[in-house]
Amino acid sequence: MMSDAIVTPKKVWQRRDRKTQLAVWLAWLFGTAVFVYCFQLISERTIWAFVLDAPAQAADLGSRMVPPAWGYIHYLWWPIWDTLNIATLGTIISIVIAVPIAYCAARNTTPSVAFVRPVALFIIVASRSINSLIWALMLVTIVGPGVFAGIIAIGLRSIGFVAKLLYEAIEEIDESQVEAVRSTGASAAQTTVYGIVPQVMPAFAGISVFRWDINIRESTVLGLVGAGGIGLELNAAITQLYWTQVSLMLLVIIATVILSEWVSAKVRHAII
Amino acid sequence: MRNLAVEHRRWKKPPAIKRAWLRWTLIVGAAVYLSLALGTTHVNWARVWEGLPRGIQFITAFLPPDFTSRWTEIVEGIAETLWMTVAATVVGIALSVPVGIGAARNIAPLPVYYFCRSILAVSRSFQEIILAIFFVKLFGFGPFAGFVTLSFATIGFYGKLLAEDIEDMDVSQAEAVRATGAGWLQWLNYGVQPQVMPRMIGLGLYRLDINFRESAVVGIVGGGGIGATLNTSFDRYEFDSAAAIILIIIAIVMAVEYSSGYLRRWVQ
Repeated sequence: MMSDAIVTPKKVWQRRDRKTQLAVWLAWLFGTAVFVYCFQLISERTIWAFVLDAPAQAADLGSRMVPPAWGYIHYLWWPIWDTLNIATLGTIISIVIAVPIAYCAARNTTPSVAFVRPVALFIIVASRSINSLIWALMLVTIVGPGVFAGIIAIGLRSIGFVAKLLYEAIEEIDESQVEAVRSTGASAAQTTVYGIVPQVMPAFAGISVFRWDINIRESTVLGLVGAGGIGLELNAAITQLYWTQVSLMLLVIIATVILSEWVSAKVRHAII
Repeated sequence: MRNLAVEHRRWKKPPAIKRAWLRWTLIVGAAVYLSLALGTTHVNWARVWEGLPRGIQFITAFLPPDFTSRWTEIVEGIAETLWMTVAATVVGIALSVPVGIGAARNIAPLPVYYFCRSILAVSRSFQEIILAIFFVKLFGFGPFAGFVTLSFATIGFYGKLLAEDIEDMDVSQAEAVRATGAGWLQWLNYGVQPQVMPRMIGLGLYRLDINFRESAVVGIVGGGGIGATLNTSFDRYEFDSAAAIILIIIAIVMAVEYSSGYLRRWVQ
């Protein structure tokens, strides 16, 4: 290559210079090595005979699942209602708790940047990094199985999400409006109500509806660990191998999720 | 009449929803729904009351959490979770690239578009945990089922965002590459890919983060990883070990989030 370049000074266009090229190549090498290593470790713990058998298993399972047991839908209205309640009440609880936390976490409204803000940020991170199923698992052992555990689990999980998006919205407000309200002689509480709240209200409503939509999705599966809703029925049907009921419930879950997504998209569209 | 009223009129905060009928319908609807929901939600307060000491026990278990007595199991679970996360993110993204390209309306023919969009829809509408139940049934217990679950879920997420990004690209740049007489693959490689690449690398790292969080739960239904360890420790009321696992999960999630943010800035 080098000698070639000397003999023919005409340059050929290359996408990257040599250093970048080398860096990209090394990154690929490293990435591939990590992937192969991980996959090999997984493969060691896998019984490959079962994996190779999977297409036949899937076909068998598929044939057991059709047609869905449509008649069973009458037993599902109540669990669907429960699922809806878990999502909605959980969202309401999370909003009630998340608002003061967001207020404490936002740089421009927090009472103390040094002490209160880190605590609020830690609550947000802790709530966000634990999946709602793990919260539910924990709460089922503490408060017992049922809808209540599900509501609290959804509530605790959503605090971080709502508070994070809300405090970011608070930090992005227009300070001059707040200043204007303050200059009329308004107290701190009045400044918040008339200067800050109207500015973050659309974002707040959008965030709440968005989280409600996600919560509907999550509350359909909370029952798998005993926290009520349609997941409880799904778990029971799977354990008892009633596959036609399982397929019906999967269809119901898809329908619920699509419906809630549609509602949330409509509402957010109306707000913004 | 009107003049009199003006004297007493004070400024009032305008309502959030201007249309009065809509405002009242929403308020009344919310009140009716709430009373119905609270009325039909059965809470076994006796059981909740009984569980409170256990809740306090759980909270006290955090000080200090017990890392030692189940340490080998925890390390094994975390390691398995990490392998699953990495392998599934790589395979999921690799599979989602063709699907995502096929699902972009501006470059794919209509039949391909519908086919790829339906793959994305199926993958997105089911929760990871439901997928995991079925993949555990098909592939047996262990990390392989979790790996397949997360790969499949990644396709829906990544493919959709890739397709949207391709649909939003700048047509003139792609057009310029095509005008040089580039073949379809060359066009894709030099006209489309550089436009979507920076954002997609960021999203890939974000998905790695999501996959780690999700892999902590697929273990609950038998998909391998730390979720299985956590589930078992809850079932045995070993709250101090469970607290240790939760703290480790939080720490890793924070580390992944921080480092992926750093990497994203470095790439862009």
